[in-house]
Amino acid sequence: MFRRLSDRASGEITFTFDGRPITASAGDSVAAALLAAGVRACRTTPVSGSPRGPYCMMGVCFECLVRIDGVDNRQGCLVIVQEGMRVESQRGSAALMAEPAQ
Amino acid sequence: MGACVAWGLARQGLRVCVLDEGDIALRASRANFALVWVQGKGLGLPAYTAWTKSAAEAWPCLASELLSDTGVDVGLDQPGGFTLCLSDRELQVNVDMMMRLHNQPNTVIYPYEVLDHTQTRARLPAIGPEVSGSIYCPLDGHVNSLRLFRALHAAMKARSVDYRADHVVTAIEPRAGGFALKGAWGEVRAPRVVLAAGLGNARLAPMVGLEAPMKPSRGQIIVTEKAAPFLRYPVVTVRQTDEGGIMIGDSEEANASSLRIDHSISSVMADRAIRMFPLLGDLNVVRTWTAFRVMTPDGSPVYEQSETCPGAYVAMAHSGVTLAPQHAFSLADYIATGTIPKEAAVFSTRRFRVPASV
Amino acid sequence: MTGGTLSREQGIADLVDDYDVIVVGAGPAGLSAATTLAGTKARTLLIDENQTPGGQIYRAITLAQPVDRQRMGEDYWRGRSIAEEFLRSGAEYAPATTAWSIQPLQDDPGRTAGHEVGLSSSGMARLIRAKQVVLATGALERPFPIPGWTLPGVMTAGAAQIALKTSGLVPSGKVVIAGTGPLLYLLAAQLIDAGAMVSAVLDTTPRENWHRAFRHAPGFLVSPYLAKGLKLLKSVQRRTRVIRWVSTLAAEGEGGLREIVWMTGGREQRMPADLLLLHQGVVPNVNFSNAAGCDHYWDEAQLTFRPQVDEWYASSVAGLSLAGDGVGIRGAEAAAIQGRIAGLGCASQLGLIAPVERDRLADPLRRSLARAMRGRRFLDELYRPAKAFRVPQDQDTTVCRCEEISAGQIRASVNAGAGGPNQMKVFLRCGMGPCQGRLCGLTVTELIADERGTHPSEIGYYRLRFPIKPLKLRELAALPQTDTAKVAVLADLADTHHSTDLVERKSQ
Repeated sequence: MFRRLSDRASGEITFTFDGRPITASAGDSVAAALLAAGVRACRTTPVSGSPRGPYCMMGVCFECLVRIDGVDNRQGCLVIVQEGMRVESQRGSAALMAEPAQ
Repeated sequence: MGACVAWGLARQGLRVCVLDEGDIALRASRANFALVWVQGKGLGLPAYTAWTKSAAEAWPCLASELLSDTGVDVGLDQPGGFTLCLSDRELQVNVDMMMRLHNQPNTVIYPYEVLDHTQTRARLPAIGPEVSGSIYCPLDGHVNSLRLFRALHAAMKARSVDYRADHVVTAIEPRAGGFALKGAWGEVRAPRVVLAAGLGNARLAPMVGLEAPMKPSRGQIIVTEKAAPFLRYPVVTVRQTDEGGIMIGDSEEANASSLRIDHSISSVMADRAIRMFPLLGDLNVVRTWTAFRVMTPDGSPVYEQSETCPGAYVAMAHSGVTLAPQHAFSLADYIATGTIPKEAAVFSTRRFRVPASV
Repeated sequence: MTGGTLSREQGIADLVDDYDVIVVGAGPAGLSAATTLAGTKARTLLIDENQTPGGQIYRAITLAQPVDRQRMGEDYWRGRSIAEEFLRSGAEYAPATTAWSIQPLQDDPGRTAGHEVGLSSSGMARLIRAKQVVLATGALERPFPIPGWTLPGVMTAGAAQIALKTSGLVPSGKVVIAGTGPLLYLLAAQLIDAGAMVSAVLDTTPRENWHRAFRHAPGFLVSPYLAKGLKLLKSVQRRTRVIRWVSTLAAEGEGGLREIVWMTGGREQRMPADLLLLHQGVVPNVNFSNAAGCDHYWDEAQLTFRPQVDEWYASSVAGLSLAGDGVGIRGAEAAAIQGRIAGLGCASQLGLIAPVERDRLADPLRRSLARAMRGRRFLDELYRPAKAFRVPQDQDTTVCRCEEISAGQIRASVNAGAGGPNQMKVFLRCGMGPCQGRLCGLTVTELIADERGTHPSEIGYYRLRFPIKPLKLRELAALPQTDTAKVAVLADLADTHHSTDLVERKSQ
């Protein structure tokens, strides 16, 4: 869906998306890194479960929501990808997985 | 309130016209917490406890009538509700209050349980360690207030209520055999008029020899993004809507001048919600708002017919959702027949004029 | 802190509590306003959502290489000096920071003594005070509600441009660009230059726009846009298929885009596509100014709501100025000039420059602004999106992407009693999702107006609430809590003694 211009590749960053290792360029937003890796849909909607992917890339549409390092509903286009980051598809509403503190 | 009464009157075969404000108005119906709530209500006026309890009992009937009139399911859920306490002192104060309520003469009795942390946790597994205990009342519940609003509008339409938006009433003039209601839009006449204009009643009531005593009361609410279901029961300050969003409220201040959000109040409410349910901490807040309550001096409703202008009624309550069945059924009966039901006679403004005897 | 960039490691915890001015948005207007204010020795904080200055138009400009200059063009490169000047200005800068609230502070009832701005960065929220605030929140793309616009593989043209600027990403596979507006052919040219395979440009500009636009041609003939525009058009036509007078458009596919369907000259046509880039102009991003309570009005030429400002870009809310495309679409060059004028206005309000000096400095700026705005009416007329693409004709077309509400549902609700966008929210939850109406607000206003047979100015817009960008409940819970607030929540249960002690100890 997108490819990177050879003159724009900078330091390599490795992260995972739904467990799959992906190589990104330093400074990429999570959404850009996913587009470069051929990922079209990164979430399903809470209302109908239909698939969605990045739309505006400027923080206004909230379509590129993903789970990042266990936190749901992060805007992928506003978060810079970091080495070892665990990115997952956002499935519907935010999950409330955390165990209540004992 | 207005929509409930209008629909109720139309159900009895009356021809009803609703004069409403526009798209932006101080609407309690758009700014409520959507609880159908019995516990804790009626201290100082036991009749309010009874009125509330029978409202909660009539809610399934209202919900099914609305469903059959409109096809809209208002999402009524009455699994019982909790008051969660974050210290032993909080719990004690709430327990004392419930006991005082039930010790009032001539009050109705309803069931409730006082639960410690472990007992609370058995029913609300997501609570945090700071929850010292709770009060559970099986009569409590909640609805989807947005769908209730839509259902009432659809129900009015289904019953041929003449609903007119952008019709602010500026004057009401008693005329032979009725009233003339006027505004920039023109005039309508009717033999009977019901003032259910919330805060606007303060302005309108004196035009027909009525009073609408209110004290300033401002509440603030926080709403989060949608989340997977985690809360089986409504808590008086935290509820999860059937769409998934969490509503957190509600504060009360004696403020009637500004709808400016007080972030400090949001902070206290958010902090308490997280201490009650630690897993809420990472949820995104998508909205906060403030609204003015339609709060009478003692917090109980006011229903009254004008003595000087018979046919004019005033109706006010801050629990418009809880009391909706009373407004659609009993209050509509009262207005249609002119005879106030015995259990509602106490809700006149006369109670504010005599020295408190209860 | 004595000025200069905050490093990301420090974050917003290191900001002081009070500034003379907070500027929101690091596009041309915000950068210029902050630079101007810092130049008058105002203690200035610029906060911005992105990692580097430039806004959307000059996105990633400080990281750009000479090869990007060639690729993106001189108009893009011009942002470099604006950003560099800002970075040297002595203004403090908080990148990767979201502003989510702004509220007036009152010393006496009714008298505004500045504002309190809610900020959030890296999971921490702060409330920072400023005597003056400049909102330079720029523009966003006008909603383009066509059937299938929610499918993965359909994006805005601006999104593709941002991906190119920030990460050097070029669409691969079969790419279609569709819509109208100055950016359409610019993007097509940029993408083709960068090696993308653009299958077609579907131009939705209605034929009658050309007639209307030429009434304003004299202005346009002297505008810098003309030569640039014509050159772009030729360059694109030479290298890809340009299909004009497109009257309907739909994206199709299961789970993702596969095909594009359109009508032109009364004939339906289809084309397979991997990526559809939509654009029909940009509109002011008014979410912040709306929630802040600024007065807005409907601009029929730009088919959008615009905040009311005076000649110094002061809004109807005291101490709050607005500059750049957030006030009305004028383009990057005009935005930069507006930012400087707004900066002078604020500096004068702060007593840092005398009104005479302010007027003297603003004079040449106003002349440049008039020059930069020449031909704008022509562009507004020419690129006025057709009604069919603003007010969906197909009942099933999604309007509110977040709550998945269709045009048909909105029309039906109007007839059920939802006469305005705020009643509509209650009826349908329309506009209540995370984007807070940014992608449906204008469509909803125009749809309701259409259904009621009235004008958008009669209908109005969503009334928006803080936070205008989401923040975590945890962040809200960590904000300072006053005793009054505790009493408001807990009444007589509020334990205020402890915090009173703290306050007393602190003040000793």
